[in-house]
Amino acid sequence: MRLVLRGHEPRWLAPVLVLLAAVITFVLTAGPIRAAGASPVAAYQRYLLTPLTSFRSFSEVLLASTPLLFTGLAVALAFRTGFFNIGAEGQFLAGAVAATWVGIGVPDLPGPVAIPLVIAAGALAGALWVAIPAVLRVRYGIDEVVTTLLLNPVALLVVQGLLNGPWRNPVSQFPESAEIGSGFIFPTVIPGTRVHLGFVLAIGLAVVVWLVVGRTGTGLRMRAVGLAPTAARFNGVPVERTLLGTALASGAIAGIGGVSQVAGLQHQLTGEISPGFGYTGIVVATLAALTPIGVILVSLLLATIQVGAESASRVLQLPPQMGQVVTATFLLVTVGILVLRRYRIRIRRPSRTSEVPS
Amino acid sequence: MSDGSPVVELLGIRKSFGDLVVNDGVDLALVTGEVHALLGENGAGKTTLMRILYGLTRPDAGTIRIAGSPVEISSPRVAIASGIGMVTQHFSLVSTMTVTENLVLSSVGLGPVDLEAARAQVRATADRLGVPIDPDAKVGSLSIGEQQRVEILKALSHECRVLIMDEPTAVLVPQDVELLFATIRRLTDEGLGVLFISHKLHEVTAISHRVSVLRRGRIVDTVAAAGIEPRELATLMVGTPTVGVTRADRGSFVGSQNAEPGPASLEINDLTVARRGARPALDSISLVVRPGEIVGLAGVSGNGQRPLVDVLSGMTRPTSGSVRVRGTDVTGATPHAILAAGLGRIPEDRHGSIVADLSVEQNLVLEDIEAFRRGPFLDRRRIRAHARDVIERFDIKAAPGDPVGALSGGNMQKVLLARVLVRDPTAIVVAQPTRGLDVGAAGYVHRQLLERRRLGAGILLVSEDLEELLALADRLLVIFDGRIVGGLPTAEATPERLGLLMSGEAA
Repeated sequence: MRLVLRGHEPRWLAPVLVLLAAVITFVLTAGPIRAAGASPVAAYQRYLLTPLTSFRSFSEVLLASTPLLFTGLAVALAFRTGFFNIGAEGQFLAGAVAATWVGIGVPDLPGPVAIPLVIAAGALAGALWVAIPAVLRVRYGIDEVVTTLLLNPVALLVVQGLLNGPWRNPVSQFPESAEIGSGFIFPTVIPGTRVHLGFVLAIGLAVVVWLVVGRTGTGLRMRAVGLAPTAARFNGVPVERTLLGTALASGAIAGIGGVSQVAGLQHQLTGEISPGFGYTGIVVATLAALTPIGVILVSLLLATIQVGAESASRVLQLPPQMGQVVTATFLLVTVGILVLRRYRIRIRRPSRTSEVPS
Repeated sequence: MSDGSPVVELLGIRKSFGDLVVNDGVDLALVTGEVHALLGENGAGKTTLMRILYGLTRPDAGTIRIAGSPVEISSPRVAIASGIGMVTQHFSLVSTMTVTENLVLSSVGLGPVDLEAARAQVRATADRLGVPIDPDAKVGSLSIGEQQRVEILKALSHECRVLIMDEPTAVLVPQDVELLFATIRRLTDEGLGVLFISHKLHEVTAISHRVSVLRRGRIVDTVAAAGIEPRELATLMVGTPTVGVTRADRGSFVGSQNAEPGPASLEINDLTVARRGARPALDSISLVVRPGEIVGLAGVSGNGQRPLVDVLSGMTRPTSGSVRVRGTDVTGATPHAILAAGLGRIPEDRHGSIVADLSVEQNLVLEDIEAFRRGPFLDRRRIRAHARDVIERFDIKAAPGDPVGALSGGNMQKVLLARVLVRDPTAIVVAQPTRGLDVGAAGYVHRQLLERRRLGAGILLVSEDLEELLALADRLLVIFDGRIVGGLPTAEATPERLGLLMSGEAA
């Protein structure tokens, strides 16, 4: 069996490969699920179908997908331009901190002022958090993978420091902030559910990113920089400025994600504001092949599995972490199998005696 | 001498990469003591065939026989053991090691190494080649020609019956080519078979006994080299009788170099690019290209051509000096400003100047995105129309949406050329414009450059191909070690005079 370079990639290939990855994922996870005492078919029914069958649980899927949309979009945008932003987690937290700071600092602002203000504050904070690695990369060529990654725990420590210090809840004395002002709280967009403005904002940003990357000169420059920086510079593309701009935009999107989680769901800052949304964003962006439409689909898929995992743990007594096992397996299988977009497998051995009678 | 028995036979070799069939049932026999030239356009399958013979690529089908018995060459190790040696354009030498150490490197095992014996072997083989080689010289201090001799030495240090040489003359000055040919003749007299790959027709006729011509993965003919004209070989290669532009063709374009008194198309004054801890890459280069003139810059690669083109392209800032395009100072300007001043740039590294994963149409507008906007968005209809127009005008074999990286070298070069020419540049700097192109595509590029000259553009042609320089340039400058060491009208240029200048011996 050998891998042979493919000439052209057929159109149907990518969807078929993703489907194949899903089948392999099912086979690989069937063992652990059975070992945990449940039927794999029933478990997958819970993971993939049950959340979509009721209006209530579907709205929970939309809610759960919201932070992933922001971080996935942030990572996809940056990666597309060749800025390997591993720091969406830190930028997300920076946005959450900024939202809380504004929300408890001037709690009496009315909604029409408060909501644009809190979004701007979060975007700015996210952009600032990525600005240091971005400038270091552009000016001095320092690898942004390391610097953005290392700033993540710094952001987490800032959050914990604030919550254990100045922002400790004055009433409960728990390490969580006071509630933000009521004007800052994102309105729900579907009555009777918890789906809030953040979801609409995220979809809107996805559309904007799609338009910018795919339809504008700026987007063409960004793609050129991501694909071949030297050639891009040769063509008169301002490589440094493009990288810097994209990095800041990426940080801003992740920052708005933090705002959305504070203002839309928790209404206060807690130490568990992000269970790794920034890191999951990398998974989302990768599975989405760095496209905005892909980010939407993958975020919804992962959110479905997450909501389904909760239901599976209630009904089937499966540990809720099994959802993450499924997601992680899916990621590994997909990344592995995508090599087939460029290569194809040839089973036949190269024949030594190939005297073809002519 | 040749005893007529085949030392290597390739039978029905077939190889495809994806949908692309590169070798389509190739039969080739190499006789002891002969130089067998393998000729073909780029992409005809020469290099793949040689890689298969050397065990670097596995064929899909076919048999290789060595001295009559079939051998499965699964790796270079097997090839070497079967008596096959290879010398490629890109040397596989460690430049900080001595000649002897490099030689030992390929066969070294665990435990102590007998350098003395190796040194003696170097001397013995050098005698056999008829060239002086110092076993203790650091490879990095040797000239390109000498390094190539070390490569040959390395191949011969194993029991070698067949030597594959992949475009060995591409990097050499004329004197070194003569030496190489003398070496090859000595080796074939001893009974070695040499497979000689080259693009240069006159070299092929000069050195080889037989010539096999590959076209689209098939051998179209194998002919005796004695008495054959380069023109006939070119015919076999492309199927129709085209040899690139010759001196005579050039006469039909009426140059206008004396007519315009205005500012020079391109004027370079005292241009210097310093390097840390080394001689400057460019050392006070001054030159002028007038409108309607092609100035050829000859020189062996690595003597400052690349830094010069980089400065002119806006990729490197010069340390001092100035560059003017039609009187506009563009010293240290951005690529954007240089383009706006009217300088078209075609550097030798095609992948450094186009984005291979973007489409043809996108690459065609990348230099000038602002001109293709409608409101905040790109005007995709106009971009597509522009691409269709350019593709038709320049006869590019591609669709607007094809990624440029999927095109052949010739079509890729046409995209680059087209992108420069549609802007009607007043000056053009072009480096190695036909490297790796087949005869047809090379002729096309030459005709386009001459047409631009007729229209009044000043062209600086940086090339290592003497034939190309002699055919196109009005006058020649020679660069050596970062300096212009001489200039002469093309009519007075002979390969001998140029070779002398290029080797730095006539400074």
